[in-house]
Amino acid sequence: MPLAKRIVPCLDVDHGQVVKCINFLNPKCAGDPIELAQRYSDEGADELVFLDITASSEKRDIMRKYVEGVAKAISIPFTVGGGIRSVSDARLVLCSGADKVSVNTAAVENPKLITELADVFGRQCIVCAIDVRRNRTSTDGKIMVETAGGPIWFEVVIYGGRKSTGIDALAWAMDAEKFGAGEFLVTSMDRDGTKDGYDIALTRNISERVNIPIIASGGAGEPKHLYDVFTEGKADAALAASIFHYNNYPIPIVKDYLRKMGVTIRQ
Amino acid sequence: MANTVIFDYGAGNLLSLKIALEKTGLTTSIGTTAEDLAQADAITLPGVGSFTVALKRLSMVKETLQTKVTEGTPLLGICLGLQLFFESSQEGPGDGLAFFKGTVKQLPGMVKVPHMGWNTLNIVESNELLDGIAEGTYVYFVHSLYPSPQYSNIVVTETDYGTTFPSAVAQKNIYGTQFHPEKSGEVGLRILKNFAKTIIR
Repeated sequence: MPLAKRIVPCLDVDHGQVVKCINFLNPKCAGDPIELAQRYSDEGADELVFLDITASSEKRDIMRKYVEGVAKAISIPFTVGGGIRSVSDARLVLCSGADKVSVNTAAVENPKLITELADVFGRQCIVCAIDVRRNRTSTDGKIMVETAGGPIWFEVVIYGGRKSTGIDALAWAMDAEKFGAGEFLVTSMDRDGTKDGYDIALTRNISERVNIPIIASGGAGEPKHLYDVFTEGKADAALAASIFHYNNYPIPIVKDYLRKMGVTIRQ
Repeated sequence: MANTVIFDYGAGNLLSLKIALEKTGLTTSIGTTAEDLAQADAITLPGVGSFTVALKRLSMVKETLQTKVTEGTPLLGICLGLQLFFESSQEGPGDGLAFFKGTVKQLPGMVKVPHMGWNTLNIVESNELLDGIAEGTYVYFVHSLYPSPQYSNIVVTETDYGTTFPSAVAQKNIYGTQFHPEKSGEVGLRILKNFAKTIIR
């Protein structure tokens, strides 16, 4: 059997609480990261991602506390990202029990950060998160990709999508791999929250250019979308939030579907 | 209480392993010196860091470690910890612990490296470490190198990824896993429990 494709629920954490999953009909879902981590782990998640959106001075203490709590509760791998800008930020998270750290804006602004982190902790625990938006303006030096809607290129955006960079995501991915990234978390800003499916062209184009694993993110609305991104999209892992939080498609249902479709999935 | 020492090469996350070992009922401590190892009822070499750096840290305790293992103290090496059991590694210079003859090689370039995620165990030899573990069970891997023993009699399980490599090895009281039992959910805890059972209390 080949390596299994990974199902990765994502939790956005604000001040130590999971947000975005507040379900008015099911207040338990608005819960704490440790409870949800435990639930997803029990349901068969292959890995978890926590994105810390807290921006405040008390951040470090809060982060340390919940990362330790999650590490004690589950025994599957988990990644923590959000505001990691230095080796000492990463050390805090890793020594609290996280297996990987994810860097995004800080790595785009200072690519050497990836190398520094990889040298200290090993590249296997450095996830390079790339937020991407399609750009239809034909521009010199960009890798143009044919799509149903015409030729486009993939632009890196930072600060949660608030700032465009003019950087080609495919070129950036190839560079980041050379700098020492161990894995990519590729999020389509166009698809995020739409439930229209992942940006297949995006994940496939990155996957074909690098030799490290890719976690696809943004747009999952039903199990078929995960199938598409694993097959056509050539992703190694699929991240999703709302389809799991709201229990529309619990993890076992998604895994059963993928298995029936012939995708290698962990029992 | 049996004291299981987790050797610290100074490379980072030992907490996952500590927590998982404690879930099996073991008492653990983090050790860095020969004295720490001398007091151990069991020793684990965790899977974070690099071959050369880890060997540097182990050089101060090498004799004690060898004596303890010869005396029968159970030893578990995980990922890099297992790779240290061999004579040399393509990862970097340095003489390994040489408990086993053989080397550590880079995974072939035609597959994505690191080998990251859940892959299966093909059991080739029964061993107490795998008590209750079924053929084809998924465990979690994160590695770029793999052990290549000179003699196959130490191989307990194999896994396919670009090549077929030994994913668990054992000989008497020396056990090694290329995967991370501390990250392999319930299955991993079962394997650690099996290791705990080999400790004479």
